[in-house]
Amino acid sequence: MSRVVVSGLQVALTSSKADVVTDANFTIGSGEIVGLVGESGSGKTTVATAMLGHTRKGAEIVHGSVTIDGVDILGLTGGALRSARGRVISYVPQDPAAALDPCMTVGRHLREAVKAHESTAGIDWAARLAELLQDAGLDDIDGLLDRYPHELSGGQRQRVCIAIAFACKPACVVLDEPTTGLDVTTQAHILASVRRLAKEHDVAMLYVTHDLAVVEDLADRLIVMYAGRIVEQGPVRTVFHNSAHPYSRALMATTPDVRTRLELQPIPGVAPRVGHRPPGCAFADRCSQAADRCREEIPAQVMVGPGHEAACWFAADVTTRRSPLTVRSELVLAHEVPILQAEEIRAGYNGREVVHGTSLSIGRGECLALVGESGSGKTTLARSLIGLSAQVTGRLRLDGEEMPLDIHARSLAQRHALQYVFQSPRSSLNPRRTIFESIEAPLLGAPKSAAADRRERVFEALEQVGLGPSFGPRFPDQLSGGERQRVGIARALVCEPEVLICDEITSALDVSVQAAIIELLEGLQRERGLSVLFVTHNLALVRTIAHRVIVLRAGHVVEEGSAADTLQHPRNEYTQTLIRDTPSIIAPLASGS
Amino acid sequence: MTSAESGLSERTNSISNPVEGSPRRRVVPWWVRRIGGGFLTLFAVSILIFLATQVLPGDAAKSILGRDATPEKLEALRAQLGLNRPALEQYLDWARNFVTGDFGLSLVNNRSVEELLVPRAMNTIALALCAIVIALPLSILLGSISAARRDGPLDQGISVTSLTFNALPEFVIGLGLVVLFATSVMKIFPAVSIFPPEESAFSNPAALVLPAFALVLAISPYLIRLVRASLIDALDSEYVLTARLRGIPERRILVNHALRNSMVPVVHGTALMLAYLAGGIVVIEYVFRFPGLGGLLLEAVSARDLPLIQATALFLAAVYVVVNLIADLLVVRLTPRLRGVGA
Amino acid sequence: MTSAQANAQSEQRPRSAWSVTWRTALRQPRTRVGLVLSGFVIALALFGPLLSRSDPNEFVGAPFIGPSGEALLGTDFLGQDVLQRVLHGGRTLLWMSLTATILGVLIGLAIGMIAGYSRRRVDGSLMWLMDVILAFPQIVLAVVFVSMLGPLPWLIVLVVALTHIPRVARLTRSLTADCVRQEYIEAAEAIATPKSRILIREVLPNLTTPLAVEATIRLAWSVAIIAALSFVGFGVQPPFPDWGLMINENRIGLVVQPWSVLAPVFLVAILAVGVSLVGDGIARAVSGVDERVGQ
Repeated sequence: MSRVVVSGLQVALTSSKADVVTDANFTIGSGEIVGLVGESGSGKTTVATAMLGHTRKGAEIVHGSVTIDGVDILGLTGGALRSARGRVISYVPQDPAAALDPCMTVGRHLREAVKAHESTAGIDWAARLAELLQDAGLDDIDGLLDRYPHELSGGQRQRVCIAIAFACKPACVVLDEPTTGLDVTTQAHILASVRRLAKEHDVAMLYVTHDLAVVEDLADRLIVMYAGRIVEQGPVRTVFHNSAHPYSRALMATTPDVRTRLELQPIPGVAPRVGHRPPGCAFADRCSQAADRCREEIPAQVMVGPGHEAACWFAADVTTRRSPLTVRSELVLAHEVPILQAEEIRAGYNGREVVHGTSLSIGRGECLALVGESGSGKTTLARSLIGLSAQVTGRLRLDGEEMPLDIHARSLAQRHALQYVFQSPRSSLNPRRTIFESIEAPLLGAPKSAAADRRERVFEALEQVGLGPSFGPRFPDQLSGGERQRVGIARALVCEPEVLICDEITSALDVSVQAAIIELLEGLQRERGLSVLFVTHNLALVRTIAHRVIVLRAGHVVEEGSAADTLQHPRNEYTQTLIRDTPSIIAPLASGS
Repeated sequence: MTSAESGLSERTNSISNPVEGSPRRRVVPWWVRRIGGGFLTLFAVSILIFLATQVLPGDAAKSILGRDATPEKLEALRAQLGLNRPALEQYLDWARNFVTGDFGLSLVNNRSVEELLVPRAMNTIALALCAIVIALPLSILLGSISAARRDGPLDQGISVTSLTFNALPEFVIGLGLVVLFATSVMKIFPAVSIFPPEESAFSNPAALVLPAFALVLAISPYLIRLVRASLIDALDSEYVLTARLRGIPERRILVNHALRNSMVPVVHGTALMLAYLAGGIVVIEYVFRFPGLGGLLLEAVSARDLPLIQATALFLAAVYVVVNLIADLLVVRLTPRLRGVGA
Repeated sequence: MTSAQANAQSEQRPRSAWSVTWRTALRQPRTRVGLVLSGFVIALALFGPLLSRSDPNEFVGAPFIGPSGEALLGTDFLGQDVLQRVLHGGRTLLWMSLTATILGVLIGLAIGMIAGYSRRRVDGSLMWLMDVILAFPQIVLAVVFVSMLGPLPWLIVLVVALTHIPRVARLTRSLTADCVRQEYIEAAEAIATPKSRILIREVLPNLTTPLAVEATIRLAWSVAIIAALSFVGFGVQPPFPDWGLMINENRIGLVVQPWSVLAPVFLVAILAVGVSLVGDGIARAVSGVDERVGQ
């Protein structure tokens, strides 16, 4: 029997009455984990918090019910709602660093959570807290209970949040992207704990994420959301290899995988924003199968299999349900002519060395992936190549010629030959300067460059990244994340570089946008013979884009080789762990077919 | 940042991280370095005072004696002040005397500076304490109400009122009170607070009321806005949201999470206001003829009483340094994240 | 603000952030009230001497006579026409406040930007220097300098500017430090842009709005402190007509002829409050604009 029943849930903006979430219906059984997947703006987080009767400022729950063990949470107010939160249904937040009070110890957090819902007379705190910690996979060595949040690691903090969520044995737990920002190995451990807790405590669990691969192994059932609506739901494996909604298929086709080199197929267009959703199916404009009917009428959820529903007019059409994934041949490139060589690079900041004598070499037209977890020194290494690092020693050769490490000592040609694309689409463009000015800036250093000439080159660069000249006079806040990242690439291209260093350039983007950026990069490599140093923590992406890979750990190279070979047959133990802990969507498809 | 506190930007941003220094040098505890830094500041302040008063005027003796300067008088005064010696020697002498507690003699009546300064300082401290003891709880209360009723009519009212009073020069506030409570409208309190400086201010409570009230009006607006802004920041934080989603009672959230976390800016703000009081008090004391330090400073300046000016200015600057030091120590006590560093 | 409105807005511009901020600020009642109040006093101070029909130092009657047809605001402690003195008494205060504010903000801005973009040591020493100046209460610093060198207008302007410098510098430094952490600064560094160019072309445009707010606060403080200096007798010297000075001179007659005190008091108060209201309006608009960008 379903323990949690969500029905007709509708959340709208208070001011314009525009729907954020429309008519969400789903159930979660006892001990069941339901994955809720969607890209940013799909309304997944809104559903998650609405289950606890909460919406962010400016939005409100206008309709629907969330019934847990017979009680409608949304019908509760005041003290009754307060008492249900944490006791009946609890919440694990996305960012534990911000969600824990910096002035309270772990012990006080836990005690507060218990006190809020239980009479504390005669409670054996020591035993109770120890049990809570143990449940979440922590133990009180080193006086963990007396520590403050800033004294914990990211993984520990999230485990504390999980311990708090389970403190009063709730019937339902909502986890909102709880492993975002954690390394894959930590993520794998947390996911294992979550799975164990759900079964042990017989909890109904909703796991919200943007990462399809994570839910594959974790969840029993999967819900896919798009533009505020549930477009498909059903058993995980069914949705994965028998998906009935074009969006689900498209989403899967944008997701890279560590086990096989997949073709990433960007979804054309962008998702409609709140208040701009069309009268028909919201996906119609981006859908290859769309018919006139799709644009006029919103498709209802139809049953397409046991426990499997989809909201598409063509859902019943079995012929469309082919696997969306296209396997590509492995990248082969002879690493013959090195364009950029770095030898014995030692770099660091604040007097601490984080890269300890690393050497690497990028071939002409090659894409070299530099892989590592946070703290591995990969960004520091990349920055020292571009000349941004203050404390650096070693040797650099560009096209066989010695190149100084200090950016100011390099010639204009050298500076232009090596370009950097930054990570954050938010902060890599100056909010007070137009797109044109930002792209033009690198050209201003050149002596005697005519304004008309510069103008032409800027528009050319915009064209190359798929943006028109109309973007020139705009400001960054008028662009989407993907567009801003394209501008970042255009700013590099305007210099006509030989080597592009891309530092986690897709980590802040949705997978469908990521796929488009990757497509752009691959095109540039093909057409211009551009060499790319692709810095990332995402092994799946490496598999798709890179010829070769270098694995960095604590400032040392632990493994180096062709991408296909290294990811299939890793020799180093650390690389093996990384690959094992990276979630994959291939597994169910392989086992299912 | 929310709306209102941008107006307080200067003060909020002056909140420095007391242990910002590099984490590598752990040989000396951070608080020792902080206190050392305080002394260093005082040292620099003393040089500045010395320069401004004794070196900069060219001939301090001439500027002291003004029109009735005869060559003999000038020579005598120069000798008395040691002006005919090299500047460095003068400074060292002056500083040595200060450190040993010898502040010199007033040029006006030949009484020791210490004798003049101490009772006036006590009065000023009494006045400042009265003001802060009323202003602080009042500000926390009004600021909290404002934050809790954000953008409501009450908040708007408090916001505009505090903005207005914040902008008013102190002497305008002081004169306003005189008009309202001491002369035309109601004659309840004395318009001037004259009493012998040797007497304790607390034995003349009526004389204390209006100046203290004026100071409360001068400093509360800033504190109210500060409390409101930092409480709103805390209430909007993730940890308050998740605490709500955990079913923690609202009262507990307000007191244990929000207020607790918004205290750091308030401590810094209070310190800044205490330091500011040292200046604002000069004008307020002048308005009410209150026998405190401010009045003393203005008298000394009018009479060009060099040793007295130097001592008073140094004392006021020392108040700033000490109060900020205490605030920094307190903030570290309040912030677990800072406590561990360098300890 | 709904996203629909935000969309409509983002589609009809490109406009600079400044003009958006300014328009948003103007939509706030407090900004308008502030503009009217400060505009009135500024106009009065600027054009007052043109409106005045007679010499402000002329004796028109006995001291402290109430308002009459001859002297609309009565006479002061010497028997001079209060209205004439009010009309003449604002210009000095205004130009001194403006000059002191502009000087203080510009120098503070320069120091703050250099400190915020420098390595630890330069930053540390500059800010320590600022702390030393900050240790003096504003009015004390002014009074000490004035007492030694005399109540010269340029000296007062310099000293008041000096007292603003550390406050502006601290704000600018923290804003600059925030800005410098952004990747677009690294992007500029990565193409070997000279430091001065980065500061002027990349950092400065991001400081203008918060500094505009700061400048209004500084202006209100300049007005207050320069008027206060005259009030305590260390500013403009008699017989020059000046609002601050008038307040002090006529205090003894507060009961007999309140207009001689209240007129200048109100003008100083309205100017300070008006300027602050404008600043607060801009501040609110800035935070509103930021919220919209954040969505």
